[in-house]
Amino acid sequence: MEKFSVPKLPLDDWIDSGLDFMTENFAFLTKAISKDLKEVIEHIVEGLMFFPPYVVIVIFSLMGWWLAGRKVGIFTAIGLGLLWNLRLWEPTMATLTLVLVATFLAVLVGLPMGILAALSRTAYRLIMPLMDFMQTMPAFVYLIPAIPFFGLGEVSAIFSTLVFAMPPAIRLTCLGIKQVPAELIEAADAFGSTKLQKLFKLQLPLAVPTIMAGINQTIMLALSMVVIAAMIGAGGLGGEVWKAIQRLEAGRGFQAGIAIVILAMILDRLSQKIGQKK
Amino acid sequence: MEKISAVNLTKIFGPHPERALKLLSQGTSKDDIFNQTGQAVGLADVSFEVPEGEILVVMGLSGSGKSTLIRSINRLIEPTSGQIFIDGEDITTLDHDELLELRRHKFGMVFQHFALFPHRNILNNVEYGLEIQKVDKELRQEKARDALKLVGLEGWEDAKPSQLSGGMQQRVGLARALAVDPDILLMDEAFSALDPLIRGDMQNELNSLQDRMKKTILFITHDLDEALKIGNRVVLMKDGQVVQVGTPEEILMAPANDYVRRFVENVDKSKVLTAKSVLTQARVVAYPDDNPRTVLDKMNSECLSGILVVKHDDNTLQGMVQVKAASAAVERGDKSIASLIQEKVPTVTSTAPLTTLISILVEWPWQVPVVDEERQLQGVIVYSGVLAALAKRENI
Repeated sequence: MEKFSVPKLPLDDWIDSGLDFMTENFAFLTKAISKDLKEVIEHIVEGLMFFPPYVVIVIFSLMGWWLAGRKVGIFTAIGLGLLWNLRLWEPTMATLTLVLVATFLAVLVGLPMGILAALSRTAYRLIMPLMDFMQTMPAFVYLIPAIPFFGLGEVSAIFSTLVFAMPPAIRLTCLGIKQVPAELIEAADAFGSTKLQKLFKLQLPLAVPTIMAGINQTIMLALSMVVIAAMIGAGGLGGEVWKAIQRLEAGRGFQAGIAIVILAMILDRLSQKIGQKK
Repeated sequence: MEKISAVNLTKIFGPHPERALKLLSQGTSKDDIFNQTGQAVGLADVSFEVPEGEILVVMGLSGSGKSTLIRSINRLIEPTSGQIFIDGEDITTLDHDELLELRRHKFGMVFQHFALFPHRNILNNVEYGLEIQKVDKELRQEKARDALKLVGLEGWEDAKPSQLSGGMQQRVGLARALAVDPDILLMDEAFSALDPLIRGDMQNELNSLQDRMKKTILFITHDLDEALKIGNRVVLMKDGQVVQVGTPEEILMAPANDYVRRFVENVDKSKVLTAKSVLTQARVVAYPDDNPRTVLDKMNSECLSGILVVKHDDNTLQGMVQVKAASAAVERGDKSIASLIQEKVPTVTSTAPLTTLISILVEWPWQVPVVDEERQLQGVIVYSGVLAALAKRENI
């Protein structure tokens, strides 16, 4: 049998040399971005830590109350209060920052891509398989190439989070635009609307609830990825979990895990309601 | 001047229309073309004109190509071949930007399911057409309010479409189309989704709006009664082809073939036919200076119990003289019938529907004079003429 074995395709080598090539030629650029982004992140965390925790808790609770009703407001207050009490305030803020920055970037890139996919058939054919790839590739794999480009730490974490969490934003933006009823499009056409007028006056406004559902999904995926990204030094609550794994401290691990669940629930409720409120 | 003129419009749905076009020109039927080539024939060599200010109704069952036709006129659907002239300009050659300009200024379109924008309030819906023309906000909202007033929806500006009933939503649809002050209204089954009572109201309202506005209207419907009620002329379509073009009365009284005949069989003719189609020339009339003896002779010769009196020089109606009065005058030896004329006579115009004539004839046993605006006698309506028209099923 061994005589007839087909030689293995050197796929891994190809990818390595491809990545090497890109590292050599583009790393200076990504490193520069990395440096700036790192500063932004540090500023946000500093900003959040500048206020005493109770002020931040009150702000978030009021926001929850206003957006999603009294129950969510009370839950936010109790949940964040518990995190403070568990001495997890700083990692929570760090994780929150990573999630928000990653989500912001994901929307910044994902929204135009979603619009493009909805309006152009060619773009759709290119973007959809790319997203299948992005979503099904095990999340850990993204961590490996992130390091040569962005170095260890938050920025690499955000990059891999971005790749992993962006697809829902793209998919649901595309879906939201495509599901605008054909007869409304026809009406807009009959009055002589240009493509841009149609997009901004009809398609995007009607797609807002769907797009917000996509952003909600992006936030949830970002939160789960931020934890995984602790392996490359992202810190935050994921860092707590990662330390607990290494030291086999079940109690500490669950404590940080519960903190992540609470943060997830708060972010989920708030982001769900933002779209409906408008 | 023809406002819209369609010349040999053909639409083939499918990626390779060439073979279908060739088969079509050889007279192959729609079904055979589909079976042989997989291409669907939407319109086959359709030509018609709409003069300025006319309501042309395109009537056909589903699949007849009427929706394709109306969308071809503003090129929401690109015709495969043929030409469309608007004000004498061939619009099939316009580029994208020129086409947008044309749609913005020449056309207003009203849709079967209203197609109002759900995220905009009523005022913002109505101003849409002006908004995309980049008309100044104040001016366009003023025009939008005027259009809403025209359709009787003042005070609803801030409501959302979902808060309105179907009839009101379609009024908004109409206002949205009218707000841009288009020359041409394209109405695609505009009233078909409304319940019958509201539909009737809207039809009447469209007719009265049209009396004031004098737009050129292309109206699509699958309802023959609606077509006959609204249309100045009607285009009947089947399988993408025009079966008959004519006034409602022509279609009712002279159906082009069995297909049309089967359609018109169940129409209530008394609502569609007008005095014009049943009037007969008055065989005898009297003049005010006639001798009573002469008048009596005229009546006897036609077996009439009353005779209409008109002025000698301009044929204007003066009234009527009854046979009893004329005989009495003869016995008295009067010189003329001038004193016998009874002026109170019901009159109708040539556009009065048969239903009106019937209700007059029930009360009035004599001829009913048909007059124009100057009271000149056009003809007379007699009971037997009305009955004959209603009973008529075949060509005369």
